[in-house]
Amino acid sequence: MSAILNDDLKHKLINDETKKVLIAPLVNDNPITLQVLGICSALAVTSQMTTSLIMALALTLVTAFSSAAISAIRNHIPSSIRIIVQMTIIASLVIVVDQVLKAVAYDVSKSLSVFVGLIITNCIVMGRAEGYAMKNPPIESYMDGIGNGAGYSLILIIVAFFRETLGSGKLLGFEVFKLTKDGGWYDPNGLMLLPPSAFFIIGLIIWSVRQWKPEQREKIDFKILDIAHGEGGHH
Amino acid sequence: MLKCEHYQKFKAYKDRILALGNDSLEKTFAVAVALCLVCAVLVSFGAVALKPLQVYNKSLDMKKNILDVAGLLEKGADIDAAFSEKIEAKLVDLETGAYVDNVDADAYDQRKAAKDPAQSIAIPKVKDVAHIRVKAKLAKVFLVKDGDKIKSIILPVNGYGLWSTLYGFLSLDSDGQTVQSINFYDQAETPGLGGEVVNPKWRALWKGKKVYAESEQHAFDKGSVEGADFGEPALHLIKGVVDNNKPEAIYEVDGLAGATLTSAGVTNLVRYWMSNEGFAKYLNKVRTVKLKEAKS
Repeated sequence: MSAILNDDLKHKLINDETKKVLIAPLVNDNPITLQVLGICSALAVTSQMTTSLIMALALTLVTAFSSAAISAIRNHIPSSIRIIVQMTIIASLVIVVDQVLKAVAYDVSKSLSVFVGLIITNCIVMGRAEGYAMKNPPIESYMDGIGNGAGYSLILIIVAFFRETLGSGKLLGFEVFKLTKDGGWYDPNGLMLLPPSAFFIIGLIIWSVRQWKPEQREKIDFKILDIAHGEGGHH
Repeated sequence: MLKCEHYQKFKAYKDRILALGNDSLEKTFAVAVALCLVCAVLVSFGAVALKPLQVYNKSLDMKKNILDVAGLLEKGADIDAAFSEKIEAKLVDLETGAYVDNVDADAYDQRKAAKDPAQSIAIPKVKDVAHIRVKAKLAKVFLVKDGDKIKSIILPVNGYGLWSTLYGFLSLDSDGQTVQSINFYDQAETPGLGGEVVNPKWRALWKGKKVYAESEQHAFDKGSVEGADFGEPALHLIKGVVDNNKPEAIYEVDGLAGATLTSAGVTNLVRYWMSNEGFAKYLNKVRTVKLKEAKS
């Protein structure tokens, strides 16, 4: 009996739509590289891997649960107060996440400081609420939140990997390259520790993804008129 | 029975509201109120339920920092027990340098007091070398005890760096002159550059340095020594690496590479808190008491 139920449930959970919303945001529809959302925190927290991982986890949870909650009441949200309803739900979840971090992972919450609070204004959470959860059922919206959170996490982890190893010769706090100031050979790149370096890394990631998947390149919106053969001819 | 009636009424109301058009005024209000109620309950439940754990974490973190600067932090040891056994909190009136005993030192929060106009003093701009604007009238110092004897004195310090106010502890030998250690428990300087103020290797450079100038030429401000037994504070960060052969090396600590402004901020906060504005009067008292004890 339970086996049948499990299969049934599995079938229900992993249908095509769920698969799509879980896998697509990783590369094909990545919130950072394609939708270019959530850049702000991707710059701010990626100088260390630990903070990036916690931030990625916090954002994934908030996106998933806020999308599910918003989707559950989507048919009863008055359109005039739509955005504020979404914000209230997101903000409440973020406060709860912040409180939990302060209670169970005090050191990490200290180093993330304001950025957990700023998940409220993270474009990914709002973007998924408005763009997906308002039109789709709760389970799919939840999976969409997990998928987009995972896409965000993937980029964060890649950026943090380069920034922490090149910037301080460490990974997750463990020494990877021995620094010259401790008698080793590696002279750390100070730029990698500063937020602008994430721009370069994210830029390079976007470039390589679009090289790999040319369909992600944006179409040219308009063509610059050739004056010799354009408007000049009509008289 | 009554409850049941109320529930029926509520249910009828709920059904009526849910059936209304989404954009009707009544439903907009009803949804807004209901949502706010649910969210408020969620948030307050989280905040209240987790509060004890958060307060405990915070105090544990503070104790850890104090034990660390006292050099007593052992891995895996019970922090609460070690703290209450070896460390005593005391309040010092910065105006006079004397201990204050009529206020509960353990419950006193110096950072909170600094923000309360009744418990703090605005620092005149010319004297505000650490750029902190206000200071609490009473400072909470920690005495590290070895039996009855005071082994070292831990002083709270703060000052502005590049991006943030650095909060930390400076621990001095009982002579009020020799540095044992320094640590910063709250700062938001650039990780890897100014943020290296927390690096144990850099912090170890402070051990054995002298705070106050023993000859005139090393002091920051010559001639303004108001009845102090020692000179003005002289300890500061320099650019580059300290040359240990020079006589002034005992007043110098290596600056942080790539963090000129954070280094200047650290110099300023030492200079401010070790002056008469800060702990100089208190440290003089400590020394006087010690001298008397030695004579008798």
